[in-house]
Amino acid sequence: MSTLSLTSAFTLLLKRDLTLAYRRRAELVNPLLFFVLVTAMFPLGIGNDPILIQKVGPGVVWVAALLAALLSLDAMFRSDYEDGSLEQFMLSAHPVSILVLAKVLAHWMVTGLPLFIAAPLLAMMLNIPNQAIPTLMLTLVLGTPVLSLIGSVGVALTVGLRRGGVILSLLVLPLFVPVLIFATDAVNTAAVGIPTTAQISILGAMLVGSIVLAPAATAASLRISLS
Amino acid sequence: MNEFLAMGGYAAYVWPSYALAFILLVANIVAPMLQRKKTVTEIARKLRRARNEQK
Amino acid sequence: MNVFMRWFHKMGSPKYFYEVSGKMIPWFMWTFIITLVYGLYQGMIVSPPDYQQGESVRIMYIHVPAAWMSMFIYVVMAVSGLISLVWRIKMTEIFVISSATVGASFTFLALATGSLWGKPMWGTWWVWDARLTSELILLFLYLGIIALHSAIEDKRVAARAISILALVGVVNIPIIHYSVEWWNTLHQTSSVTMTGKKAMSTSMLIPLLVMSVSFKLYYGAVVLMRARAELLERDRNTRWVEEVVQEDTK
Repeated sequence: MSTLSLTSAFTLLLKRDLTLAYRRRAELVNPLLFFVLVTAMFPLGIGNDPILIQKVGPGVVWVAALLAALLSLDAMFRSDYEDGSLEQFMLSAHPVSILVLAKVLAHWMVTGLPLFIAAPLLAMMLNIPNQAIPTLMLTLVLGTPVLSLIGSVGVALTVGLRRGGVILSLLVLPLFVPVLIFATDAVNTAAVGIPTTAQISILGAMLVGSIVLAPAATAASLRISLS
Repeated sequence: MNEFLAMGGYAAYVWPSYALAFILLVANIVAPMLQRKKTVTEIARKLRRARNEQK
Repeated sequence: MNVFMRWFHKMGSPKYFYEVSGKMIPWFMWTFIITLVYGLYQGMIVSPPDYQQGESVRIMYIHVPAAWMSMFIYVVMAVSGLISLVWRIKMTEIFVISSATVGASFTFLALATGSLWGKPMWGTWWVWDARLTSELILLFLYLGIIALHSAIEDKRVAARAISILALVGVVNIPIIHYSVEWWNTLHQTSSVTMTGKKAMSTSMLIPLLVMSVSFKLYYGAVVLMRARAELLERDRNTRWVEEVVQEDTK
């Protein structure tokens, strides 16, 4: 076991999780479908006034992305917890935080990335101006991994609980606030043609910060949950 | 005195604030007292039962 | 080992902590009551009404100290969380959950009084003002901690889980606060800020500071009371708790 280098352990775990996800590919569509559905509910709720829809558009897309991320988070460690492989990871010779990073990356690739691909479609549905669409996609690329990383701490804390799902949303939604604020602000700013370097840089900083800090917190939380 | 209670027309906002503060402050004192009392009676009952069984 | 470290070490023993805290609570309680009476006297009678806000400014003497407490308690909670995670000290673990309930109460108080103050000042009960919004998110963070603690059966595990959550929260709070401020300046709707940057007169500053000291003493008393109750419950099968109970029910 010690012959396995850290990089190969990382890639192996990533590949394993992606393969497992691919085997259950029918389920993969669900968060994406949820994302589209929630977004479609908003115009039905607030009326079909194009100006109003355009105004709330970025906020709606991002709130829907937040909820879709939340919905899929619960599955991050669930099956590994149930079949006991999570305990194997804890016993591994490699730092748990790196393994956590691989799992979060795999999880983001199957749940976060599709949102990014669907975003232009939704942006058009919500009358978001064309010049703001690249910014919207950029915020999703930078923002959704932050959601997965912060979320992983919450999942790790609630993984052993029977009704962890509701508590999970209570724990992580308040922590999602900064991402929501800066991402929607970037899109709104881009829609009126003003540069968004500040917001994008802050989102990037949040991504780097959470890559550094979140896996360690998740590893510690997993250790507590499995004790 | 009446003038004091009227709070310059803001009585409906000032007094509820103070009342709420009072209620919360008291509640946070009473709650641990009750919790402690409950635990003590529970343990005392358990001890008494254990002593009776020994006899 | 210096005197302080020895004392700190001793406090790690549940029995010793229980005895000492029992003696400390009356001191906190009485100093709290004295400062509270003095603060209320200063706030309700001595200090003049504000030239803009009239008598409604008296809500500030509850609202601002409560808001300060909500943040102060969160920091205390996170520090005790850190200590309990690093050194595995049982006493500090108990402080985390004991603080959470008091902190949530103060946060709620700050929000409710902010709303009661906002109604005459802004004309509505709620404005998405930066301070109120941050306070609301802080309340959610507190409630999350309480919910997680009650969801985990094993209280030892629960204490360590909420310690981590408190630490994650304390790292995030400055970011949340900053982002809410940013968001608020973009969507500025209210021109009246309740506690603006204008220099405050001493007659208002005195009750404010006295009340905040008073609330801190109160927190000291209440957190110890809660910690003692939690401790009895957690150590219920140990010898020293049985002795305490026998002493109590005699």
